Amino acid sequence: MSSYTQKKGFGANVWDYITTVDHKKLAVMYLLAGTLFFAIAGFEALLMRIQLMKPNNDFISAGFFNELLTMHGTTMLFLAATPLLFAFMNMLVPLQIGARDVAFPFLNSLGFWLFFLGAVFLHLSFFMGGAPDAGWTSYASLSLYSPGHGIDFYVLGLQISGAGTLISGLNFIVTIITMRAPGMTFMRMPLFTWTALVSSALILFAFPPLTIGLLMMLFDRMFGGNFFDHTMGGNTIIWEHLFWIFGHPEVYILILPAFGLFSEIIPAFSRKRLFGYSSMVFATILIGFLGFMVWAHHMFTVGLGPTANAIFAVATMAIAVPTGMKVFNWILTLWGGSIKVTTPMLYALGFIPSFVAGGVTGVMQASAPLDYQLHDSYFIVAHFHYVIVGGIVTAIFGSAHFYWPIFFNRMLNETLGKLTFWIFFIGFHLTFFVQHFLGLMGMPRRVFTYMEGQGWDQFNFISTIGALMMGVGVIIMVINCLLSIKGEPAGRDPWGDGRTLEWSIPQPIPFYNFRQTPLVRGLDPWWIEKQEGNKEMTFAEPVGDIHMPNNSAIPFVISLGMFIAAFGALYHPDADKPWSIYILIGGLAITFGAMIFRSVKDDHGFHLHKEEILEIEEHLYGKGGNK
Amino acid sequence: MDFNTKFTPHTWPDHPEQATMEGKNKVVGFWIFLACEVVLFASLFATYLALKNKGPAGMEFTTQSLFELPLAFAMTMLLLTSSLTSVYAIYHMRNFNFKAMQTWFGITLLLGLGFLGLEIYEFYHYVHKGFTFDQSAFSTAFYSLVGTHGFHVTLGLVWISTLMIRNAKRGLNLYNAPKFFVAALYWHFIDVVWVFIFTVVYLMGVIG
Amino acid sequence: MMKGLKKWRLFSLLTVMMVFLSGCGEDYISALKPAGQVGKEQFNLLLLATGIMTLVVVIVSVIYLLAFVKFRRSKVGENVIPKQVEGSHTLEVIWTVIPIILLLILAVPVVTATYKFADVAAMDEVDENGNKTALTVNVTAKLYWWEFEYPNQGIVTSQELVVPTGQKVYFNLKAADVKHSFWIPAIGGKMDTNVDNLNKFYLVFDKESKDLKDGVFYGKCAELCGPSHALMDFKVKALSPEAFDAWVASMKATEGKVADKASTDLGEATFAKSCLGCHAVSGSGAGGTPGPNLTTFGDRNRVAGFLEHNEENLKAWIENPGEFKPGNLMMNPEGTAPVYGDLSDEEIEALATYIMGLSVEK
Repeated sequence: MSSYTQKKGFGANVWDYITTVDHKKLAVMYLLAGTLFFAIAGFEALLMRIQLMKPNNDFISAGFFNELLTMHGTTMLFLAATPLLFAFMNMLVPLQIGARDVAFPFLNSLGFWLFFLGAVFLHLSFFMGGAPDAGWTSYASLSLYSPGHGIDFYVLGLQISGAGTLISGLNFIVTIITMRAPGMTFMRMPLFTWTALVSSALILFAFPPLTIGLLMMLFDRMFGGNFFDHTMGGNTIIWEHLFWIFGHPEVYILILPAFGLFSEIIPAFSRKRLFGYSSMVFATILIGFLGFMVWAHHMFTVGLGPTANAIFAVATMAIAVPTGMKVFNWILTLWGGSIKVTTPMLYALGFIPSFVAGGVTGVMQASAPLDYQLHDSYFIVAHFHYVIVGGIVTAIFGSAHFYWPIFFNRMLNETLGKLTFWIFFIGFHLTFFVQHFLGLMGMPRRVFTYMEGQGWDQFNFISTIGALMMGVGVIIMVINCLLSIKGEPAGRDPWGDGRTLEWSIPQPIPFYNFRQTPLVRGLDPWWIEKQEGNKEMTFAEPVGDIHMPNNSAIPFVISLGMFIAAFGALYHPDADKPWSIYILIGGLAITFGAMIFRSVKDDHGFHLHKEEILEIEEHLYGKGGNK
Repeated sequence: MDFNTKFTPHTWPDHPEQATMEGKNKVVGFWIFLACEVVLFASLFATYLALKNKGPAGMEFTTQSLFELPLAFAMTMLLLTSSLTSVYAIYHMRNFNFKAMQTWFGITLLLGLGFLGLEIYEFYHYVHKGFTFDQSAFSTAFYSLVGTHGFHVTLGLVWISTLMIRNAKRGLNLYNAPKFFVAALYWHFIDVVWVFIFTVVYLMGVIG
Repeated sequence: MMKGLKKWRLFSLLTVMMVFLSGCGEDYISALKPAGQVGKEQFNLLLLATGIMTLVVVIVSVIYLLAFVKFRRSKVGENVIPKQVEGSHTLEVIWTVIPIILLLILAVPVVTATYKFADVAAMDEVDENGNKTALTVNVTAKLYWWEFEYPNQGIVTSQELVVPTGQKVYFNLKAADVKHSFWIPAIGGKMDTNVDNLNKFYLVFDKESKDLKDGVFYGKCAELCGPSHALMDFKVKALSPEAFDAWVASMKATEGKVADKASTDLGEATFAKSCLGCHAVSGSGAGGTPGPNLTTFGDRNRVAGFLEHNEENLKAWIENPGEFKPGNLMMNPEGTAPVYGDLSDEEIEALATYIMGLSVEK
């Protein structure tokens, strides 16, 4: 009996997950970590909304409120949305292109552990002197001024986590370029893979400016640097530029995969191919490109001058065109189709009007002179929550339902799913629709309280009720996920209308994904085979040996070394902590030592022989082959 | 892919670094990584250009008064030559000439060390004059840009020496050929970055 | 059915929004009730943008609703495989060109207004005597208060900006410590106060503030600047040009005024001992003092920018400013006590009366 078919003990399972380089297991780890941080950040939001429920409230102090708003934004964007989308990218991209894993499985694991330990490091700040409190944007003058180590946690935590994200982005680009199955040309790739590619390219180009900005902040705070000190010739606006050159593409990094996910869900539940596939690809690329041209629309009130403001205003408006193109193509996919309102489809149907609403307020903000009123008010908060919650969160929730069978060979409960949708969706609109008006009525953002008599009380109260509803929705969703553990196995293509390769694989998915690499005969390759009456994909090779990568503990060790070194760096400027330098050096030694160890030993992976493959499949599916 | 195949110069593939799937992935992946590094250095360059010559009132350090072109030129020659020697190394790698490849990588290392030595001397000289890291925005930006490059050079030297030591007994095979190739690519990249530094920081700084 | 019900809600919300847009919020703070030319033009841009965007949303919603209603599986049939349509070149062109046209309609007034609001050339104009013709206010944003200096009139005040109606008032904006942002929502858009450079813009005040609820327009800090960012409000009094000139004259008349340490009034004496180092009581001269100028304290609308303006609050504030505004610089670096130390209850009582009495309007 081969070792692959033996059941593992608990300890062995834990070790398996720590050392795994399997994209499917890493996807599950990203899903769990992302959900954890989503819950934490959601809780932070609830605390803020309770504080703002009525004027002059004293539920949360001023200083702690600033920590909450900083951590809520930072965690949601970097540590919840990104890993949750990475979960889908990790699970689906290799399956959708017919590959057995990503191009660099070792780096995939490294990317995860760097992200996770960076996230843990950042959250430890709550217990170690206070979280960062200068907003997720951490503008230079305030963040240099902010006492304590909060901002240092931000700088170091994001630097480590960001490195992980960058590595993963690179991995997806190479995977998509080099590892597509025979017959899968670029224009036959599923749209989610396209958006993963463009989003990864955005990651590649957008994270370096953030890296440099964080490095500069670190130098200024810890080593006496003068990048942002205007008395020494420095300039705080440099931070704003670098941050937003990262920050604007960042939101496209998040929304493009969300678009891609809906581009899978909508065709599946309309029984119709995606309308205007080549336009959708073109629009994705154009949005990615234009996303780098518009960063200063976050800086209209900085005083860059009318010419800069005018150029960025018009460039920003331009992004509405390819985005609108996408919306119309989705609607035209519905048109003439056969629409089944499953839970994923419900999220897709809720997404379209919500995202359009968020997008049009974006165009309003692009009108620079109008933005002079809107900037830094609750109107902005309303806008970005509309696009983020209405776009990204609905995509994640809907795709969790859609792809749960791929992740776990289980289905989520439809009734609970629809209940979650309605409670969450209504709560979402209740929370954020009124915030447009709060902003227009003069309420600035990032305020821990407000005086009565300004006409804001009622809408703030309504907004808090909506937030509580959203919390209830999320709890029901989590219960749904937990209940599915005990559910029936879903089997292959459980929705019945899967169009792409990931639905063609027998369930549970063997760790090598495809026994034989599939031959792709067109767009929506599984749909093509099903329409011709085939029970299997056409294969591109006979059954033979499969070459797979080894597990490794080294990514975890490398990340752990950085985590330890970060503490050393954090406390190094404190005169009363001379031991910190040893922690810093020790941590770096662990990291570099692990890297050199990895370099010097050969790692050729292992080969799975034909007999072992057949034995594994018999164990998974019983005699007689695939289900 | 059987990594135990015994090759001869005749059976050795023309582009050994791309002869395996892993090798192809490494080469493509590394070019992509270099694209990311380009943006990284671009951000440092942009910051430097914004902050050069800016400092507290009455500061006497300027790019004209501070930088010495002869030293920068010597450093440039060392690094450019080391890039050339790494080209020779890869040529020999492609011809399955392990000893010659190691020799030329060794020369590359020595030239790189020479560059680093001169840079350390240059920084020491500036610090001695009072142009320290925390002296002004200009100094911080200068040391960050040029220092990051120097850090990359150091990493490259460690990388190449690790490869040379690691493979001394193993010789050339299709597993380590991509490793040598990628290291040489990296070395070319930091040479290109240096050309920009020499131009933007030193040449433009002195000549204006 | 449920889908239609949800859409109905959205549509009605949109309608309500249009109704509300024309009259929502309080007239001393709402951007929807602009009381100045700049704010009015920005409001018109809001209406234009909202109108175009509503049109887009309505069209998208109609097509979307129709698609859903017509092509539900229950209507189409359970086993029908619909025709797989690749796309439509014509449609792609239509929904590219029309949005571009709509955006151009928006872009033209946007670009025009951007240049218009940036035109501060008049700040340098002088009359035949070499005096500046435009009214300029130097705004310095500090943690957590606002200083307003009138360089051409040679006066300075804080926390409450006094301006004349009917003319462009120009502002030089700067921050003294961290970045803040200067915003009077009912008058016009905001501009950041940076530490590195001077920003310039103008606003126009078309309505006198005396008929407003508190007799003032509300000003806000609009850039996160620390724990008390939410408490960094300022107020704006818009007076008729004649009343404004009178106010300027009375400010100039406070020249040379100080608090006397030897005064028999305990309040004045305490002020001279404990407060004069940071707070001036003369409105004549330049700004740049560590604390707000208190010349017009008695005329103001709030204590510390946000507390109700009465002696009780003033006493409590003087006793422990840190309790009201966390992080404010009246406290020592540890944040445990005010920099002027502990004052007796008697001193604080007298101080409050003295400070409340500082006025140019009474």
